[in-house]
Amino acid sequence: MDQTFSLTVNGQSRKVLTDPERPLLEVLREEFQLTGPKYGCGEGQCGACTVLVEGKREHSCVLPIKDASGKSITTIEGLSEGGRLHPVQQAFLEESAMQCGFCTPGMIVSAVALLKEKPRPSEEEILSWMNGNICRCCGYPRILKAVHRAAANGRAL
Amino acid sequence: MKVRSPKSEVRSSEWEHQSEAQGAMPELLVSRRGFVQVLGSGLLITLVAPPVLAQNRGGGRGSAQPVSARIHIGSDGSITVLSGKIEMGQGARAELAQAAAEELRVPFERVQMILGDTSIVPDDGLSAGSRTTPQTVPAVRQAAAAARKLLLNLAAQKWNVSPDTLDVRDGTITHRDSQRSLTYAELARSGEAAEAFKKPPPAAVTVTRVGEWRVMGNSIPRPNRKEIVTGSHKFPSDYTRPGMLYGKVLRPPSYGAKLVSVDLGPAKAMEGVIAVQDGQFVGVAAPNTWRAKAALQAVAQTAKWEPAPHPSSREVFGYLRQRARGGVPPNPFPEQFEKAAKALKATYEVAYVQHAPMETRVALAEWENGKLTVWTGTQNPFGYHNELVREFNLPTSDVRVVVPDFGGGFGGKHTGETAIEAARLAKAAGKPVLVRWTREEEFTWAYFRPAAVIDAEATLDDKGTLTSWHFININSGGAAVDTPYRISKARSRFVQSETPVRQGSYRVLAATANNFARECFMDELAAAAGQDPLDFRLAHLEHPRLRAVLETAAERFKWRERIRTKTPGTGLGIACGTEKASYVAACVEIRLNDSQDQITVRKITEVFECGAVVNPDNLLAQIHGCMIMGLGPALREEMRFAEGQMRNAAFSKYPVPRFADVPELDVHVLNRTDLDSAGAGETPIIPVAPAIANAVFHATGRRIRQMPIRL
Repeated sequence: MDQTFSLTVNGQSRKVLTDPERPLLEVLREEFQLTGPKYGCGEGQCGACTVLVEGKREHSCVLPIKDASGKSITTIEGLSEGGRLHPVQQAFLEESAMQCGFCTPGMIVSAVALLKEKPRPSEEEILSWMNGNICRCCGYPRILKAVHRAAANGRAL
Repeated sequence: MKVRSPKSEVRSSEWEHQSEAQGAMPELLVSRRGFVQVLGSGLLITLVAPPVLAQNRGGGRGSAQPVSARIHIGSDGSITVLSGKIEMGQGARAELAQAAAEELRVPFERVQMILGDTSIVPDDGLSAGSRTTPQTVPAVRQAAAAARKLLLNLAAQKWNVSPDTLDVRDGTITHRDSQRSLTYAELARSGEAAEAFKKPPPAAVTVTRVGEWRVMGNSIPRPNRKEIVTGSHKFPSDYTRPGMLYGKVLRPPSYGAKLVSVDLGPAKAMEGVIAVQDGQFVGVAAPNTWRAKAALQAVAQTAKWEPAPHPSSREVFGYLRQRARGGVPPNPFPEQFEKAAKALKATYEVAYVQHAPMETRVALAEWENGKLTVWTGTQNPFGYHNELVREFNLPTSDVRVVVPDFGGGFGGKHTGETAIEAARLAKAAGKPVLVRWTREEEFTWAYFRPAAVIDAEATLDDKGTLTSWHFININSGGAAVDTPYRISKARSRFVQSETPVRQGSYRVLAATANNFARECFMDELAAAAGQDPLDFRLAHLEHPRLRAVLETAAERFKWRERIRTKTPGTGLGIACGTEKASYVAACVEIRLNDSQDQITVRKITEVFECGAVVNPDNLLAQIHGCMIMGLGPALREEMRFAEGQMRNAAFSKYPVPRFADVPELDVHVLNRTDLDSAGAGETPIIPVAPAIANAVFHATGRRIRQMPIRL
């Protein structure tokens, strides 16, 4: 039975009438036209669908909309402010840390969540955190460089 | 983890600025009118009119096409280059724009690429086989150099001077003596330029020598990378059309199962759902994915199937051998065995694997007045287009395939099945329909990299020289099946078989399997001859380019020093190979855990040579990607099936390489500016797996003759 859910997405209040079990990813993409988060696996294994829920990373492909109700969601589209890229986006740009780019939004949002939680992550912390995100082009070396660069830039601020 | 960069890696911050129009372009391409908007009011726009589809493929043979099929110069000086290639992360968009900018003598950012829209671009063949660099880059350079020459001739005519007295720089032609100048934009506004561009290009157009390259040879990043990092780039799966429905297709519960009966009633009763059956094809479409899933489930519950026998992945190698077409050919050199000092025989097996690109197969189909438009991710826009023409019995000009930059291919996206599904549903619904495969569908129903059974036999004389070689690949393919080593009596063959699952191309095709078997077997032969694996290879290797990468890799890895001492739990391995006119060698260091049942790749040194390097940074990304991707099938990836069902059709059960798997990478590129550029997105895979297997032997004395390599 469809129900109405309210949530905040990228700072905006949104409402949706839908099945409580429907994944947040599908609501974001199909109801709110936020196509930055991607479908990659549907089982929370690849990280392409990563969003922030109350500032923490979540796999939106396995998060039912009922569990996102009343919460604040940030997608890749909500990271830049006033046309200015988020430092993590800037680092990915500067390192050309993408090949096909399909995993990139999830990679960036995961890295943002990491740096929120641990502004000075160690090499091991970066590796184990980012290990939840798959890049099939296997552009991992540059993505790691970008995360390092973002962390270093954060320290410089 | 350390990742070292080769010396060829160049950071070029001068390219940081971004052409905003690039990312927005696909939206504007939605109609022919949209195309006009993109190109502006340039004089050459009218030249689009003759359907490019009717023209011959322009991949490497495009010189007969008029310049206008390839290049448009707007009255504002904007330059648009058209190609049937696509961008899936391999870097074609930047590389082709570089090629055009080089020959037109304009800065890179002045060039916009339109890729993979079959209604307007020339057919450049598939984006596969490492062919963009050796075939399409030259075709674009030829066309751009011809355009430059035509514009120079026009300026020369206007001023009544010889073209030799003119210089061109940044899109401005200047007469050296009088300092008069004309821009491309000014020339583009004149009718003569339009006429000139319509005709076949002038003969004897020369392209810029490598030593004079200004744009090519530089690290230029992906033009639309800003759209990628902001999430605003629209991948095919992100496209929508007004009134669009989400479609799903009923799959059999096992391979070969036949649909006996199905009841569409329960699905049709759901709000907004359409359900279709046409023989074995059953599909649904709904206003959103969630309801489409529910509708499909409702249909599936009513479906009755008749299963078919199917071999399991465990028994598949015997299955393939038994069905080798014409039987497995016997060794043609039996006399060599009588006089040989040593004879060796081994069989290698390579499992079926999946490409598993991040973006699963997707197609959005829309019918309008009997004409079909499809937005999709494919490496084969024109082949895909032709599939749709055949399937729906349409005139060629009534089908349009549009390929926005998409999420990975690796040789796996050559076929149009998803578009056919979407188009069938769209026809039935009378609305546009998007079909996006689930990950499970992608793992189960997309075509696989073929499994291989490879028999290798060779003889050695008493000096440790190879006297005969017999090499048979059953089922997986003939790529790189021939040995690059000098052996007086050698025969290598590919024999077809009957695959029990759908198989097709995969990055570098069968070269991975053939090079795995050959390089592992060479290692076995080296041991039998009592020689160092490097020395044994070099003793049989004449090709200077292959020798160069092998010797350089060994030097960088300090092979000769390191191989003398043995460290418990550590293994060193070496391998090399050539394919697609490029050359590669790798040395690896592996560690084994205490119980000697787990392999960790610690370091790979790889040396690669593909002629003159066009874009060093992108090349490095391709090499890294190949090496790391290659670790998957080398160590773990394997599709497992039994009773007609895929047992591991999920990332949780099919472990592709992740961050933690990345070893120390020491990559070195030999930049041969004296040689033609070859493609580079595939060959760097091929030495990885055999070097690892050889390192396992070095550490344990055990020969593992299977991919994945498991202890």
